[in-house]
Amino acid sequence: MKNRSLVSICDYNKDEQLKILEVSKEFEKKPKQRLLDGFVIASLFFEPSTRTRLSFESAINMLGGRIIGFTDAGSSSVKKGESLRDTIRTVNNYSDLIVMRHPLDGAARFASEVADIPIINAGDGANQHPTQTMLDLYTIMQTQNKLENLKVGFVGDLKYGRTVHSLTQALANFNCEFSFVAPNFLQIPTQYKEFLDEKGLKYETLANIHEVIPEVDILYMTRIQRERFSDPQEYEKVKDAYELKKSDMEPAKKNMKVLHPLPRVNEINIDVDSMPEAYYFQQALNGVFVRQAIVSMILGIK
Amino acid sequence: MKELIVSAIDTGTVIDHIPAKSVMQVVRILGLEDFENMILIGTNFDSKKLIKKGIIKVKGKFFKPETINKIALVAPQATLTIIEDYNVKNKTIVEVPEEIIGIVQCPNQNCITNHEEMNSEFFVVDKTNGIKLKCHFCEKTFGQEEMKIL
Repeated sequence: MKNRSLVSICDYNKDEQLKILEVSKEFEKKPKQRLLDGFVIASLFFEPSTRTRLSFESAINMLGGRIIGFTDAGSSSVKKGESLRDTIRTVNNYSDLIVMRHPLDGAARFASEVADIPIINAGDGANQHPTQTMLDLYTIMQTQNKLENLKVGFVGDLKYGRTVHSLTQALANFNCEFSFVAPNFLQIPTQYKEFLDEKGLKYETLANIHEVIPEVDILYMTRIQRERFSDPQEYEKVKDAYELKKSDMEPAKKNMKVLHPLPRVNEINIDVDSMPEAYYFQQALNGVFVRQAIVSMILGIK
Repeated sequence: MKELIVSAIDTGTVIDHIPAKSVMQVVRILGLEDFENMILIGTNFDSKKLIKKGIIKVKGKFFKPETINKIALVAPQATLTIIEDYNVKNKTIVEVPEEIIGIVQCPNQNCITNHEEMNSEFFVVDKTNGIKLKCHFCEKTFGQEEMKIL
């Protein structure tokens, strides 16, 4: 993995993904080590993000690396109309690795072809967010002690939710079964159904969250965004139908865990937070260890 | 002997069985606008294979397979005849390439290729039920009906 960009989850094969999980575990045990002494890492956030950026920066700081960069496009030369190509070429001269988030789909792939240093994609538009996928895999492994043969339910905006797409692709390596729960117009795109068909994996698409709660090992909730709806009344109806409440959780299996990439709005009622099944805050913490593993493996230290 | 509606060329390439509506796209894809040799372009001929077809004859020009295969996107049934001294030297059909660089615009408005000065790039993921392309950058897959030729 040394010097190889991570743009899409499919850039790394199953063995490489498992190796990342293994190294992440080492960092979970000992997150503060001065492994990145002398390394400069560029953190280019062309679009604001709190969680992902802070988790990357925290991961790098704990390992003693230095960070340069910007936190939104407004405070960079992009505002002056600089092309992405030129920004990347310039930063390429100043750093050992670039972590980038960009509002356009495919921006990270393009950057990885312009730069000679590796790129880690921290989200490109609605396309990919592979470090989120790795931390999701890590969390699933942590809670279920395995990745194979699990039944995973995805709920919410499955059409635009990039975390859902990438995690589906990643879990397809482990013979999992999928339930996609969403209103019709936000259902999982055909492209991903075809992908699962090719792999010969079982999946179902449904509209009612209550049908999947007793069945699944992992319930992966996502946010349904108001902007996706042209009719505000329709949004209110859908929002309530896809809200997970403590009272819904009664038939869940004992090992079942609820995950969410965060930020949540109202798709998980706060009365779920105190339940043993609620695992989304631990999931966010895992982001630090997984990003430590990915950064140090790409820099060739681990 | 059948009368030729478009005059014969002594040496060069004949591209036949182009869907009538795609003739101008083929001209553009092959960059024939900038050509100085004689080019005969005919279209809206009756055809058994296609309802209306077009034909292009380019004098003194032989295309590389990777160039000519680009037209498979708009003319998947096109045939290619190499003429030397008024004789047919070779006859082939176009083949859909594995990768398409430039030519097609990504239909995803949020794709980087629509915002940065760069070439689009696609993998051909399906050739059997109409052509399906996957954008190398935004990773979206789409069918022929959404394709826009640049």
